[in-house]
Amino acid sequence: MIAIDGLSFGYREGEFRLAIPALRVDRGEKLAVIGPSGSGKTTLLNLIAGILTPRAGKVAVAGTEVSTLGDAGRRDFRIRHIGFVFQDFELLDYLNVLDNILHPYRISALRLDRGVRERAEGLAERLGVGDKLKRQANDLSQGEKQRVAICRALLPGPRLILADEATGNLDPRNKGRILDLLFDSVDAHSATLLAVTHDHELLPRFDRVVDFADFQAESQIGAAA
Amino acid sequence: MIDSFYVAWRYLTFNWARSLTLIACVTLIAVLPLSLELLLDESERQLLARAETTPLVVGAKGSSLDLVMNSLYFGDTVPELLSMAAVDRVVESDLALAIPLYVRFKARGFPIVGTNLDYFEFRRLKIDKGRNLALLGECVLGARVAKELGLGPGDSLLSSPETLFDLAGIYPLKMRVAGVLAPTQGADDLAVFVDLKTAWVIQGLVHGHQDLTTVTDPTLVMERADGKVTATAKLAQYTEITPENMDRFHFHGSPTDYPITAIIALPHDEKAGALLRGRYVHAGEDGELQQILVPGVVIETLLANIFRIKGVLDAVILVVGMATVLALVLVFALSLRLREGEIQTIFKLGCSRSTIARLLGAEIAIILAASALLTGLLLALVAHFDEPLVRALFIR
Repeated sequence: MIAIDGLSFGYREGEFRLAIPALRVDRGEKLAVIGPSGSGKTTLLNLIAGILTPRAGKVAVAGTEVSTLGDAGRRDFRIRHIGFVFQDFELLDYLNVLDNILHPYRISALRLDRGVRERAEGLAERLGVGDKLKRQANDLSQGEKQRVAICRALLPGPRLILADEATGNLDPRNKGRILDLLFDSVDAHSATLLAVTHDHELLPRFDRVVDFADFQAESQIGAAA
Repeated sequence: MIDSFYVAWRYLTFNWARSLTLIACVTLIAVLPLSLELLLDESERQLLARAETTPLVVGAKGSSLDLVMNSLYFGDTVPELLSMAAVDRVVESDLALAIPLYVRFKARGFPIVGTNLDYFEFRRLKIDKGRNLALLGECVLGARVAKELGLGPGDSLLSSPETLFDLAGIYPLKMRVAGVLAPTQGADDLAVFVDLKTAWVIQGLVHGHQDLTTVTDPTLVMERADGKVTATAKLAQYTEITPENMDRFHFHGSPTDYPITAIIALPHDEKAGALLRGRYVHAGEDGELQQILVPGVVIETLLANIFRIKGVLDAVILVVGMATVLALVLVFALSLRLREGEIQTIFKLGCSRSTIARLLGAEIAIILAASALLTGLLLALVAHFDEPLVRALFIR
């Protein structure tokens, strides 16, 4: 599902450098990415989603080489195939919960119909924000915002779910529910999950865990070799 | 596209204070010049229509504008007064019909126009309810006066006292409403018409009181000598003219000395008009300085001045408008900076730059549409009240 080869990335300012010689994630796999802060976990997700473009190397998702697509192509690919749960939720304060969940449909060519709305309401219900659909996003608690962000990411039934600290602000009970939902969505759509987390208690539930610190070390070794 | 407008609408309603400020700015810039244009057009129509149907106005030397505005539109500023002898001068010339006007007093804010029945014929005023002036102390109301005061034939209307604290001054006269005029969409709708003599009663020049030759109360009489009776201040003057006391009203002095504000002169023909104007180059026989005016010329001069001022105003509004548009551009530019995070979010979700532009365009379109709607409503309001507004702004 994800194939990364010889990836190199660095911001214009600063000394941050990310180098990944190779990474493969199979279709349907649930991969947890752990590692210290600032090690490049979020950058990796942004590179896979096509939000950032690598200096060198190849990032392919479901056979499409995202890194070679133009701006428009990457945006289109992202909205159609990738569900992204951002670390800081990225909800729009001026929209209510339901409008936030439906937002990708309103700003793209995705078709917004009654079925989508019903799915959105069902998702919100399952994530415990079904009674807050008319509330403004800025009136929600951090945990509620996070659940709304997850609803928004899952609604189009993406083939790849990128979750950046998706359970970070939740209590243990809700963490379990969120993970169940993410996993259910992955199973239902034969999708792939790549989740960045600091929560080591949840790691046994994933198919595979990549420790980014080791991975970086490996990549450095790989690069040196 | 509809979704862009939906999202834009949500943004604007969430940030309602900012949105309302923007709408108010745009509306103001549109409404100011347009309503000014509307009012000036209406003022031109109102002023010219009446001026062009009034051939000549005779008045005392002084401000020609005050004279015309008072005689034609019953404006507040009272021109220098003439005596009734001036009417005789016009009549004796045998060149024109003279219609005297005495526009000085008010009744509940509306001007009282003292004149004679020729005025009604000249202006083609029709009685809608009741009858025309027939008796001393009666008045005929303009259509708007009757409507606004809720008065009709048989009701009473008090003239306004000139000065509140002047005990020897002009006291209110209770006038009986004889009739109401049909609407004319002009200054006559807003006037209270009385006979000249009634206007002089209001001024106190013609008055009525108990017959002092038969009065028995000694405190009312100060002195009786040589058939003359001098009354004390206790003697009350009538403040209402009734059939019972009408005979007691009388003039003091010669009626030819009584004041008027103007004479509308209706020349028999164009030549007569030219001859009459020539006679006013010099003072009258009584030495009274008078002027004769063609109201259309005075009004055109006034309009020329108004339009000159409007030109300056237009330039000022244009500059202010440009400054406002620049300010709006700045507001949008700054708000784009403030919304950088939000734009990034939309971008991260997979939205194209053109969609972001479409969202912003939808916001601008909604603001402009709301401003256009508000502008339309305000202009409709101005158009609805243009007549009183024109009176208040230009004719007062």
